[in-house]
Amino acid sequence: MSLNEEVEALRSVPLFAKIEPSRLKLLAFTSERLTFPAGQELFHQGDPGDAAYIILDGQADIVVDTLNGELVVAKVGKYDFVGEIAILIDVPRTATIRAETELTTLAITKDLFFRLISEFPDMSVEIMRELAHRLEATTAQLREAKSAA
Amino acid sequence: MTIMAVTSFPFLYAFYELPKLIVNGAIQSKSVTFPTTLAGVQLDQINYLWVLCGGFLALVIVNQAFKYIINLYAGITGERMLRRLRFDLYGRVLRFPLPQFRKTSSSEIVTMVTAEVEPLGGFIGDSFKLPIFQGGYLVVILAFLFVQNWYMALAAVALYPLQGYLIPKLQRRVNLLGKERVRLVRQLSDRIGESVAGVQEIHTHNTARRERADFSHRLGTIYEVRLQIYIWKFVVKFLNNTINQLGPFFFYAIGGYLAIKGELEIGTLMAAIAAHKDLAAPWKELLTFYQRQADAKIKYEQVMEQFQPVGLMEENNQLDEPEQISPITGEISASNLSLIDDTGAALVDGASFVIDANEHVALVGVGGSGKDETTQLLSRLLTPTAGTLRLGDASADALPEAVTGRRLAYVGPSAYLFSTTVRDNLLYGVQHLPLRPAEYDGDAAQHIEKWMTESAITGNSTDDLNAGWIDYEATGVVDDAALKIRIFDTLKMVNLDEDIYELGLRGSIDPATQSGLAQAFLKARSEFHKRLTEPEIAALVEGFDPEKYNNNATLGENLLFGTPIGAGFVMDRLAENSYVLSILEREGLIDTLLDTGQQIASTMTELFADLPPGHPFFEQFSFISAEDLPEYQGVLTRINRNGIASLKPEERTMLLSLPFKVSPARHRLGVIDDDLQERILKARKTFAENLPDEHKGAVEFFDSGAFNAATSLQDNILFGKLAYGQARGAERVGEIMSQVIDDLDLRAAVMEVGLSFHVGNGGGRLSGAQRQKLGIARAVLKRPDVLILNEATGSLDGAAQTAILFSLKVEFDGRGLIWAVHRPSMAGSFDRTLVMKSGRVIEQGTFEELSREGTVLHGLVQAE
Repeated sequence: MSLNEEVEALRSVPLFAKIEPSRLKLLAFTSERLTFPAGQELFHQGDPGDAAYIILDGQADIVVDTLNGELVVAKVGKYDFVGEIAILIDVPRTATIRAETELTTLAITKDLFFRLISEFPDMSVEIMRELAHRLEATTAQLREAKSAA
Repeated sequence: MTIMAVTSFPFLYAFYELPKLIVNGAIQSKSVTFPTTLAGVQLDQINYLWVLCGGFLALVIVNQAFKYIINLYAGITGERMLRRLRFDLYGRVLRFPLPQFRKTSSSEIVTMVTAEVEPLGGFIGDSFKLPIFQGGYLVVILAFLFVQNWYMALAAVALYPLQGYLIPKLQRRVNLLGKERVRLVRQLSDRIGESVAGVQEIHTHNTARRERADFSHRLGTIYEVRLQIYIWKFVVKFLNNTINQLGPFFFYAIGGYLAIKGELEIGTLMAAIAAHKDLAAPWKELLTFYQRQADAKIKYEQVMEQFQPVGLMEENNQLDEPEQISPITGEISASNLSLIDDTGAALVDGASFVIDANEHVALVGVGGSGKDETTQLLSRLLTPTAGTLRLGDASADALPEAVTGRRLAYVGPSAYLFSTTVRDNLLYGVQHLPLRPAEYDGDAAQHIEKWMTESAITGNSTDDLNAGWIDYEATGVVDDAALKIRIFDTLKMVNLDEDIYELGLRGSIDPATQSGLAQAFLKARSEFHKRLTEPEIAALVEGFDPEKYNNNATLGENLLFGTPIGAGFVMDRLAENSYVLSILEREGLIDTLLDTGQQIASTMTELFADLPPGHPFFEQFSFISAEDLPEYQGVLTRINRNGIASLKPEERTMLLSLPFKVSPARHRLGVIDDDLQERILKARKTFAENLPDEHKGAVEFFDSGAFNAATSLQDNILFGKLAYGQARGAERVGEIMSQVIDDLDLRAAVMEVGLSFHVGNGGGRLSGAQRQKLGIARAVLKRPDVLILNEATGSLDGAAQTAILFSLKVEFDGRGLIWAVHRPSMAGSFDRTLVMKSGRVIEQGTFEELSREGTVLHGLVQAE
């Protein structure tokens, strides 16, 4: 997959959808493309977070450790952005992500991510907007849950 | 030499006498009537002239031969003296009491032993010859002059007393300045040494300007002193020369007057003038000698002042080999042991304790408690200022270094490594004296004999450096093979075996001398690639295949398809290499690569144009540095306007250099398509086949059947590139490689390559932890009766520390282990604990006994 294809992939990620293509190209060029064989973990619950991953191809499971062993709570796939919480704030990984099939990702290290944000403020505005959307969605879910209870 | 000089004087006299005979006798035929007889042979005037001239020529040769021999001997004496002096000074440095090194810096010692004594050697050589020879010379010439005409002679030397009085006075001033200069230069070299050692601080505190000002100030002071020296030196010279030139004045005046009056023959006057001209030289030499003598005296005194510290160890204590070295057994007892430093502070203040020589004891205390100094007193690195220390049945100060340096071992918080291989550093502790003489035959034997005689004459060491120094017995083995195993065991003990293995993988071997080993590693290569065929791991490595373009390698690497050796081909500058360009030309690749370069340049300018110069991304990711970016933008604009053909040669080189750095897998720029790859493969062949003679040997081509001596063992086994972007790729490949190495029984071979790794200056090529572990291994390897450690694992991580503590406890079971621990809780693993505070032992007992509320140890453990 060439740089231009990666830029296309990045544009399909909601978080990056509205960011200028030239910036995305820089993001793609400076981030590392990492391939995980099926069964390998991208990271483990409780690890310190050092990078976020954009899935370019393949499927992965989000796994949470419970008292009764592991529990697959969700699946992620093409163009999903995972692990971003741990690079935005210093919290340990909240879940494990394990490749279900061979997984091609673009790894964005914490360092790189913050460099880009500080260099290109429009990018951080976009990210803020995306996070606000998520907050809004979570709040709505919470409200529904409360009214249901 | 004196005899030689005295013998030469009659010849010298004859040399001055003969011209007179030639001019007066042979040419002017005044005192001789022809034909004359000389030694029974009758000669006419012409033949008489020939004979006398022949005699003159012979005297020239004889006199110069005397000069040559005397100079040569003076040179030899001087060089021997210098050698002796340097060796003596170095010997003293080795016997300095440790606190002396706080006062004298290493750069000062270096300046003294190298530069400052250098002129002394020359002077000493001259001092035997010069006064006699030049003085004699002077006397002979004077005698000659006096014989000719004593009025004239008296006039010629009339001013010598004035010179003799004035010059020394002036000279004293120069000497004082010289002394000052020596002192300043010493400080200067000390300052340079300090700047080198503290260069990190200079960077982190941005104090380069201050340092430069300081240095400049020092240079200025030295400049002033030197200038003064020159001024006074030339004043002296001026006076000397003027006075000397007054001689001819008297000759012409008095001699001329006498000649006119007919009281002096012209020949005599000419000979006298010639003799006087030669008089100036020895006189000048004598004066210079006087100056140099004064100068040398200062230098010698200034150097010797520094090399006679109080507490200098006796030489026999360091060098004498006792008849028998008995192990240290029984008790190690200190009573009222004290150490007071030069400020009067008591570092150890009446410490008393008794330790069994085979006991494991922890010394606990905070910084400044005296535990540090106590370990150094115990290992005899420091001498107590009061109190007694007994090691076994002998008093510590009665034991020579041959006992303390072999039966005891000390490892401090930062072990020093010498600038040699890991192996030599490990074996440093078992090379006390030459044990097995080296075998020499024929010329080599003669040479070494001469060599040793010369050493003995100059009071140097007559120990042969090529002899067998390694004391196998001390390490508990019998030969090299067993020693190797012992070394590996010891490395494991200090957790250093993995590091040495890694170093080995990064090292290389010479297939010419170790062909068997090279073959074994080639086998490892094929085995490794066999294992890579499993689909799971096949993606981790892209092997080198002469018929395939390697997507994980750069275009440059793909073209060269080998490791460059020397400066013939530099990876980063292939686009400037004329042979590379000729190959590209031949394959019609220049235009394609220029296009590719243009694409890369425009992508790079698009990506990086908005970033400020100096942004870390340039360094990390860009093919083009921030400074060059505008230039590339200019090139691109010109191409758009006038086409690529309009570029200047250096702009073409700029563009052409870009594609060489691109690797398709890593950079994903999509600029190296299949067609280009095909053509590069073709160029690869052309490149190798047409390599001109001057470039033969400048590339070691990748050949699956040959060991590549220009690269590491690791790369030889890998024989390819790590695939880009495989999660944990390097780690997994390392595991597979390690397995292959184990299966083929090559681990020991790799470790041995690791042992020949050169550790660099002060061990700088190893990490702090590795240096420390190596220091401990070195001490363990010599199997001391008592191992004394002083916070020796402070720079290691907790796991390594614990592992080393336990393996040392096992290794030293039945032998002594005294450890000043940096974490009080470590004391829990020892038989007994001594707690120190303010230079005294305030608690002692087992860790359990002392671990109760209210003890100092308890407090220290709690505070940890």
